[in-house]
Amino acid sequence: MTMTVQSPDFDSLAVGDVVDERVFAVTRDSLVRYAGASGDFNPIHYRDDVARAVGLPGVLAHGMLTMGLAVQPVVDWAVDPARILDYQTRFTRPVVVDPELGAIVTVIAKIGQLDAEARVARVDLTVTFREETVLGKAQVRVQL
Amino acid sequence: MNPELQGRTFPPTEPYLVGREKVREFADAVFATNPANRDVEAAVALGYPDLVAPPTFAVVIQERALATLLAEPDTGIDFERVVHGDQRFVTTRPIVAGDELTATLTVSSVKTLGGHSMVSADTRVTDAAGEHVVTAISTLVVRGED
Repeated sequence: MTMTVQSPDFDSLAVGDVVDERVFAVTRDSLVRYAGASGDFNPIHYRDDVARAVGLPGVLAHGMLTMGLAVQPVVDWAVDPARILDYQTRFTRPVVVDPELGAIVTVIAKIGQLDAEARVARVDLTVTFREETVLGKAQVRVQL
Repeated sequence: MNPELQGRTFPPTEPYLVGREKVREFADAVFATNPANRDVEAAVALGYPDLVAPPTFAVVIQERALATLLAEPDTGIDFERVVHGDQRFVTTRPIVAGDELTATLTVSSVKTLGGHSMVSADTRVTDAAGEHVVTAISTLVVRGED
C-alpha cells in the first residue's frame, strides 16, 4: 500500500514557517469524554460547585486535554507518529469551559528551531484562549 | 511536603494492556485526526502492528503511577491542593495497541517556594520485553494554605 501523504521535507523548512493553525471547540462534553478516556476524574473538570468551592473561576479543561489536542496539528504534519520525539509544556493559565458556550482554543504551530545535523525540527505551539496563551514553552521535537 | 521523598523510586505498576478501542477512545478525546490513531490499515501501512496511540497517551499510565505516589501515607501531599505545573514526554517509540506497559516512578525533586511545594516525578514506561517506550516527566504544584 502506498501512502499518499508524505512527511515534510526537512531541507525545505525555515524558522518561522507556520506548520498549521487549528481551532478547537471544547465543550463540557469534551471534558467528560477526556475524563473517561484518561482516568482523571478530578471534579473541578465537571462540577461547578466543586470548582467554585476551591476558588476557581469555573469548571476547567484538564491541562492534559489542552496539551493533548494542541499537538494534533503536528502529528498530522509529521504523518508518522514515531517522528514525535519529545513534547513538553507548562500549564500557565486555565481554560474555563462555559456550560453553554464551551471554550474556543486556538493553536498555531510554527517552526521554532532547526537542528540540521540531527534533522530535528522544533515546532513551537502558541495555544490561546480568550486572547491569552494558556500553555508555556509548548515545544514538540520532530525527527525528519 | 516530605523532603525525603526526593530520589525515592516506587515499585513498578501492574502491567497495563493497551486496547485498540482504548486508543480510539483516547484519540477521540484529544481531537486526534491522524489516521494511524483510528484506522488499523493506515497504522499497518506505516509499519506498525496495530493502532498507534496519540503522543500524550502515556498520561493514562502516568496517572496510575502518580496515584501510588499520592497514596503514600508519608508524602504530606494534600490532593485537593494539587495542580499540574508542567508535563513532558520523551519518547523512544509510540505506544501501540497490544503493548503491555509497566511504569516505574521516581521522585526527581521536591522543592518549596514561598507557600507552594513542587514535586517532580519521572515515570519510565517500558514494554513487555523491558524496552523503554516513553518517559513521562511531570511537576505537580501543591498550593499552600491561604
